[in-house]
Amino acid sequence: MPPISGSERVNVGKNERIASAAGGAALVALGLKRFSPGGLALALAGGGLVARAVTGYCPINAATGRNTAGEQPDALDLTTAVTVQAPRDEVYAFWRRLENLPTFMEHLRQVRRLDGGRSRWTADVPGLSASLEWDAETVADEEGERLAWRSVPGSDVENAGEVRVRDAPGERGTEVEVRISYRPPAGDAGRALAGLLSPVFEQMVKEDVRRFKHVMEVGTVPTTEGQPSGRG
Amino acid sequence: MKALCWYGTHDVRVETVPDPTILDPRDAIIDISLTAICGSDLHLYDGYIPTMEAGDILGHEFMGEVVEVGSEVQNLKKGDRVVVPFPISCGHCYYCGKEEYSLCDNSNPNAAIAETAYGYSPAGLYGYSHMLGGYAGGQAEYARVPYADVGPIKVPDGLTDEQVLFLSDIFPTGYQAALNCGIEGGDVIAVWGCGPVGLFCIESAFLLGAERVLAIDRFPERLAMARQAGAETLNYADESIFGALKELTAGRGPDACIDAVGLEAHGFGIIGAYDKAKQTLRLQTDRPTALREAIQACGKGGTVSLAGVYGGVVDKLNIGAAFGKGLTFKMGQTHVQKYLPKLMGHIEAGDVDTTFMITHRKALADAPEMYKTFRDKEDNCVKVVLQP
Repeated sequence: MPPISGSERVNVGKNERIASAAGGAALVALGLKRFSPGGLALALAGGGLVARAVTGYCPINAATGRNTAGEQPDALDLTTAVTVQAPRDEVYAFWRRLENLPTFMEHLRQVRRLDGGRSRWTADVPGLSASLEWDAETVADEEGERLAWRSVPGSDVENAGEVRVRDAPGERGTEVEVRISYRPPAGDAGRALAGLLSPVFEQMVKEDVRRFKHVMEVGTVPTTEGQPSGRG
Repeated sequence: MKALCWYGTHDVRVETVPDPTILDPRDAIIDISLTAICGSDLHLYDGYIPTMEAGDILGHEFMGEVVEVGSEVQNLKKGDRVVVPFPISCGHCYYCGKEEYSLCDNSNPNAAIAETAYGYSPAGLYGYSHMLGGYAGGQAEYARVPYADVGPIKVPDGLTDEQVLFLSDIFPTGYQAALNCGIEGGDVIAVWGCGPVGLFCIESAFLLGAERVLAIDRFPERLAMARQAGAETLNYADESIFGALKELTAGRGPDACIDAVGLEAHGFGIIGAYDKAKQTLRLQTDRPTALREAIQACGKGGTVSLAGVYGGVVDKLNIGAAFGKGLTFKMGQTHVQKYLPKLMGHIEAGDVDTTFMITHRKALADAPEMYKTFRDKEDNCVKVVLQP
């Protein structure tokens, strides 16, 4: 697992980020409980606050020259695994084409390959008008075994990832272990913030990995969105 | 279109809702010609299944004509008459590969909720709570059928809708429950519940070579149907089932016991009142009267096979009796797709009567009234089919 790079764009400090994360998460939860335009607006507003906490960057702070950031906290780090009914080489090849990642990583809009083992990642965060963008570099490419990448120094979103694949026993396909690391650049309040964010982060990564399985096995992600109901 | 929607406990209504559309290239849209109310729909009606939302369209036993297919559906075309299995199955995962369709890894969009309750998520189902996918059901004029290249089976000409409708659920469900008994020559099978699933358990047990089937219920019309299917019947309101089964098997006990009742068993006496009270207070989710009796009555080395639906937690199960007698437990939602060709063959050959349990033939508009009639077992109601 590569270490995460540092960032120079943090201008929101510890207490503000904790408050942003907590308040934002609450608004998202509240908003998503309502199937209405009002609920959606709440969720979007909450998402904006979460984004502010997640990136540690606030456009308003930037515009006003305000900077409340402190030191680097510990990273959020999650490992999850899934068994995919597909050959190991195919699984590895799919993941290695980083352009494929947005087909199952919900918040990722696009990954473009650049020269020199680098890639440019674009993510949409609900409530954030501009998308987030960062460059990553591939730091391990062991065919059919292990792939690893990390964001380059100075990224908005500091993160790293690693995928290991191995044959599952019998006819069970391929075991895929995914490790995602993300650092909330939140000064010395990082641990507290990580505590607030980690359930959301964990669920997000696990659902992304589940969608990866769906895409590999079926080609699509199951959906009921757009089906009829008597909810009016 | 018109669809039967759930709005809360004992509150189902036929409402006008948007028509379903293709949402995935492997979808098909079915113009429903016949649909049915399942005993397990009554658990939704009675409010015992969690994660229902107001406005959910119910129904998982349906058939009809294909009116539209997605770009990746090659095996079906407009105009085909099909029966739709109630489990939604992708056809590509490890479990589908083993024909364990109701355990499909990929069809539940809300797998995370099911994992919270069950550890791992089973397949998505039509009209059976959001924990199991939140898919719109088939008590409607039209339905969207996901993975249409895996699920639906074409109906041969010459068979009526009524003859094949129950391939969607209750015939394969009864068949799998009987298959799970591992029936060998000379076996005596006891079946708790002579509702539609119990009746198919009886018929299937005979198809699979059972020597005798002993069927248990208390409603005269259901007991009469069980006798029509070839079973010897016991009325639990009149006699001790344990004693009667022991006597009828000359002290051996049944070789296998099927619980075709499930989580809303009618219990008598103190234990019955205890279960009802605990369920009402949500201290237990399911009332396992039939299951308890089956465990007690089952002969040594026998099998207890569960066809009736359970949703959650039960208590006061005599696991010591099960251990002491070396019982085997088999259960689960039915892998409908696995059995369809064989069972369609049995229907075509006239080996089974798949229509004698239909007591009510109604219009979809009558569905709310029929839920109540079916639940209260009024008007000798055993099985309701609805024509949209």
